[in-house]
Amino acid sequence: MKILVGYKRVVDYNVRIQVKPDGSGVVTDGVKLSANPFDDIALEEALRLREKGVATEVIVVGIGPADLTAHLRNGLAMGANRAIHVLTSESVQPLTAARVFLKLIEKEQPGLVILGKQAIDDDANQTGQMLAALWDRPQATFASKVEITDGKATVTREVDAGLEVIEAELPAVITTDLRLNEPRFIKLPDIMKAKSKPIDTIEFDSLGVAAHDHLKITHYAAPAKRSKGVMVKDAAELVAALKQKGLL
Amino acid sequence: MSKILVIAEHLGGKLNSSTARAVSAAIAVKGDAIDVLVLADNVDAIAVEAAKIDGVSRVLTVARPENAQPLAAVLAPQIAKVAAGYSHVFVPSTTFGKDVAPRVAALLGVAQVSDVMSVEAAHTFKRPIYAGNAIITVEADANHTVVATIRSASWAAASNGANSAPIEVLAIDAALPTHTRYVELKQGSSDRPDLQSASKVVSGGRGVGSKENFEIIYKFADRIGAAVGASRAAVDAGYVPSEMQVGQTGKIIAPELYMAIGISGAIQHLTGIKDAGTIVAINKDGEAPIFEIADFGLVGDLFKLIPELEQVLG
Ligand SMILES: Cc1cc2nc3c(=O)[nH]c(=O)nc-3n(C[C@H](O)[C@H](O)[C@H](O)COP(=O)(O)OP(=O)(O)OC[C@H]3O[C@@H](n4cnc5c(N)ncnc54)[C@H](O)[C@@H]3O)c2cc1C
Ligand SMILES: Cc1cc2nc3c(=O)[nH]c(=O)nc-3n(C[C@H](O)[C@H](O)[C@H](O)COP(=O)(O)OP(=O)(O)OC[C@H]3O[C@@H](n4cnc5c(N)ncnc54)[C@H](O)[C@@H]3O)c2cc1C
Repeated sequence: MKILVGYKRVVDYNVRIQVKPDGSGVVTDGVKLSANPFDDIALEEALRLREKGVATEVIVVGIGPADLTAHLRNGLAMGANRAIHVLTSESVQPLTAARVFLKLIEKEQPGLVILGKQAIDDDANQTGQMLAALWDRPQATFASKVEITDGKATVTREVDAGLEVIEAELPAVITTDLRLNEPRFIKLPDIMKAKSKPIDTIEFDSLGVAAHDHLKITHYAAPAKRSKGVMVKDAAELVAALKQKGLL
Repeated sequence: MSKILVIAEHLGGKLNSSTARAVSAAIAVKGDAIDVLVLADNVDAIAVEAAKIDGVSRVLTVARPENAQPLAAVLAPQIAKVAAGYSHVFVPSTTFGKDVAPRVAALLGVAQVSDVMSVEAAHTFKRPIYAGNAIITVEADANHTVVATIRSASWAAASNGANSAPIEVLAIDAALPTHTRYVELKQGSSDRPDLQSASKVVSGGRGVGSKENFEIIYKFADRIGAAVGASRAAVDAGYVPSEMQVGQTGKIIAPELYMAIGISGAIQHLTGIKDAGTIVAINKDGEAPIFEIADFGLVGDLFKLIPELEQVLG
């Protein structure tokens, strides 16, 4: 069984994002970029399934500009067998990303597709669900535990009410939550080995995916700031302050 | 000429308050009609609750045994069928809505606007990106149905009681898949207020130190009638179950009072509490970032301060 893994590059989660003063975007020049944390978790899960003998091949997929290659090499160094780079200089919205994945699925016939539950730049939380709909296959979102047996995945999902367990026949789409696993660190020899692993580059335009984006961002703004409050000296003063506001 | 379809969220035969919050967002569109769609095995009690929400024009119900559990693959084709004829489909941005709404959008072949914070015009919305570090204004194509998830913390629940909207039974002819099956829901049983809708929340972080120590947080929360939340670090360390996580990847909440105890104030945690009325921070480190956004800060050891607070409260 092959596993396709979404491997998106985003602004590192430690970067404090600044909105440009003219509201045209956020400052991304020179900021540190990293793999979307949820996608590192997706890749780790796929690698573990390969190590258990459930999967035979793990393919990382990135949709983005030419300089995405270095990022995809990291995925290969972590252990993916090969990478697919869908080359586009345009930004892709989730529905377009899902349509791209569907094209790759038709070609690769994977038994499982693992994506992050959200990318931490747009926080859209859509691509996996959209892909499952277009593919007409099961989705198991927000996964914190995955077991594959007899052609089905038993997935524990982190939902608001607690932990939900569902069964999904394969092939299926899984999206990862933070507690699914702890991704491994890349070791130096693996970086060397990754240099000889194949990266397939596919022109976005050659896939025949309509990139008509229904959403336009017209303005970016910094969030409203909470004003700094006061320090109280002890428990009695805190209780008095909260009582005065009618909160206790 | 907007007609808005709001998808009801419910659990155990009860309507979730996130539904009335999504209705508030629908009211802000200033459309001609707001219909609430209830998909369940037993719809009656839920429909009656939904019909009372002010602003609702009709409640539409689809009662099928397959709808007993909220499986996105099963619900989405039905919602997509009903969506024909509506300009907007609004779903609460809870794990239920986040799971099902994109599946509906893809079936309709349209984009989705996630986490709507405000409605600027019928097709213009504000939503957060980068864990709330930037707010974008998004314009959706007016020629297509808008599928959107509604960020519960940004909207007060539409008032409730005066209305009695008509309830109509729908028969939908949609092929439902059997490839996805519900197994079980493991719920922590608790008599405490619900974290997502509570007016007071007390949260503990890594500073609490252990599962056993968390008792001090529960006890204090019970004393003031609060729900209990936690940071990711506290959940990862196994002090508390995952449904208690507050933040970018946990629950986004807006209680009147939020008390962060032994929590440093990482940006991903703060994302979850930006809309809280009053934030109180208790931390032994006077430099902790949580104090930059707290309305009231108290520096000191939580194991000393919480008993003192209880003592002052009497
Ligand atoms: C309205 C709108 C306008 C935008 N405009 C711009 C713009 O002008 N400039 C700009 O730079 N960006 C822009 N973007 C952002 C860019 O298009 C995002 O990549 C896109 O929205 C996908 O969102 P997401 O990754 O948050 O999706 P999510 O659904 O949160 O992603 C979930 C998962 O899908 C997979 N995935 C998604 N995208 C990719 C990818 N590219 N490669 C590999 N895997 C992927 C990953 O596994 C990821 O974890 C815009 C986004 C939106 C919604
Ligand atoms: C992609 C991503 C998503 C994330 N999502 C979330 C999320 O949804 N929610 C979330 O919370 N985090 C999230 N995080 C993690 C976040 O970055 C922080 O690591 C986490 O919030 C830290 O939790 P904490 O404040 O409890 O722990 P710490 O940062 O370790 O802080 C513990 C605090 O307790 C104080 N303390 C210790 N002992 C005492 C004592 N005896 N009395 C008083 N104070 C004491 C310390 O001074 C310290 O400030 C996410 C991270 C990533 C990368």
